[in-house]
Amino acid sequence: MERIYLDHGATTPPHAEVVEAMLPYYRQYFGNPSSVHSFGREARRALDESREKTALALGAAPEEIIFTSGGTEANNLAIQGVIESLSHKGSHMITSAVEHHAVLDTMNKMSQKGCSLTVLPVDRCGMVDPHELKKAIRDDSVLVSIMTANNEIGTIQPVMELAAICREKGVLFHTDAVQAIGNIPLNLKEVPIDFLSLSAHKLYGPKGIGALFIRKGTKLGKLMFGGGQERKLRPGTENLPAIVGLAKAIEMATADIPGKSKAVAALRDRMIEKLLEKIDAIQLNGHPEHRLPGNVNISVKFVEGESLLLDLDLKGVAASSGSACTSGSLEASHVLMACGMDQQTAHGSLRLTLGHGNTAEEVDYTVATLKDSVERLRGMSSLYRDYRRQVEKKRNIGEEKTCTTKK
Amino acid sequence: MYNKKVMDHFQNPRNAGEMLKPSGVGEVGNMKCGDIMKIFIKVEDGRIEDINFLTFGCGAAIASSSMLTELVKGKTLEEALKITNTDVAENLGGLPDAKLHCSNLAADALHKAIEDYQSNNPSA
Repeated sequence: MERIYLDHGATTPPHAEVVEAMLPYYRQYFGNPSSVHSFGREARRALDESREKTALALGAAPEEIIFTSGGTEANNLAIQGVIESLSHKGSHMITSAVEHHAVLDTMNKMSQKGCSLTVLPVDRCGMVDPHELKKAIRDDSVLVSIMTANNEIGTIQPVMELAAICREKGVLFHTDAVQAIGNIPLNLKEVPIDFLSLSAHKLYGPKGIGALFIRKGTKLGKLMFGGGQERKLRPGTENLPAIVGLAKAIEMATADIPGKSKAVAALRDRMIEKLLEKIDAIQLNGHPEHRLPGNVNISVKFVEGESLLLDLDLKGVAASSGSACTSGSLEASHVLMACGMDQQTAHGSLRLTLGHGNTAEEVDYTVATLKDSVERLRGMSSLYRDYRRQVEKKRNIGEEKTCTTKK
Repeated sequence: MYNKKVMDHFQNPRNAGEMLKPSGVGEVGNMKCGDIMKIFIKVEDGRIEDINFLTFGCGAAIASSSMLTELVKGKTLEEALKITNTDVAENLGGLPDAKLHCSNLAADALHKAIEDYQSNNPSA
């Protein structure tokens, strides 16, 4: 069976060029970058070049890039590091209700340890209101962390505006850009971001490697203790093959973002249009316009998300869900709930994330397959039967309104 | 995640659908967990002659509803009341731990359906 991969929000297939670039660093160039001899110097050169490439792709300086084990570590380092380095100034942090758990749980842990925390609400589309941020900043605020784009619903935050507010108020601004880099253009020369987290495997690079951008002159405490690597902020022998892979991947991902995004966004829009046309009682989650090019997130009413995922998987379509049942917790997605969704609708959410390898034929097959799966599962759902009875009673039920465009 | 038997019941659910004029109906579940099960029974001479289910829920919820209907069909009410959620999970060859408490409720729905039947037919 041909399989269709529609889970690029979870991870992306590494580019062949990325893997090729990495291999020599597992074989002949295995040296430790900290060694003095020629083996070490070869490795050091590759490390320096990788840092330069990564910095260039972001509009940053090489010394502003710290390699980490991934997005989660970068988020932890930024948040915990600021709390430590600015403890004399205060301990109030601000974040949003739709952050990844790597940010939310870290912030919650800090708040258990005595920091104070403000979690900004979002609108129905998952958007943070910059005015809310302005109001939330206090004299003892030390860090604001708001993601560039959401992993579940794809909503792109007004990061430029949010970062500018923080700069004006003298508060450090961190953004989790794990889902955004390579999908939307972002130049750190133009946006006053102090910390930015990224991960290679979301941009067709290897797993286990990411980076934290730290704006020059910003002090940060560290999580781990050991050697002097990564400006002493991240001790431990560098994962050089992965770092080389990250550099290659980000170089490729940030070349011609508008062109590549347009192609993926066209597939996304085709899918959204067909889904809304062919399946009744579904809604698009997230923002209709300010949305990642590959993200489709829908709620299929009267069907539970995990059963839909299983059914799709049996037919060769790999998707994901914000459904409680897939995450192992009993609660529905915190992102969808923060957008004001009721539990039943949140339980029927499905995320399909497109990437560079997908085609229009795959989109069409997926829509047809999804329609079959929804019909099968709704045939077993008492909720759907009740709904159809109501519809037949009323006949002229009005179309339910989904997200509105932000003013 | 799920074993072959569970997937078989998920893919080819037994006795799914609504029953017209059932002798008893039982519904359990809540929206917080995302599982709602409805069991319909037809009782004749103290035996469950027919049984159907409608379930909104995850793979485990659908599979356990299906398995329950297989276990119950043809049983006397007395025998059916002895069937537990654990029996359903065991007959499925086990369910993931996280699912045992949230999605394995079919026997509860059956017991409610029997109660419903008994309250409708106090002499039975």
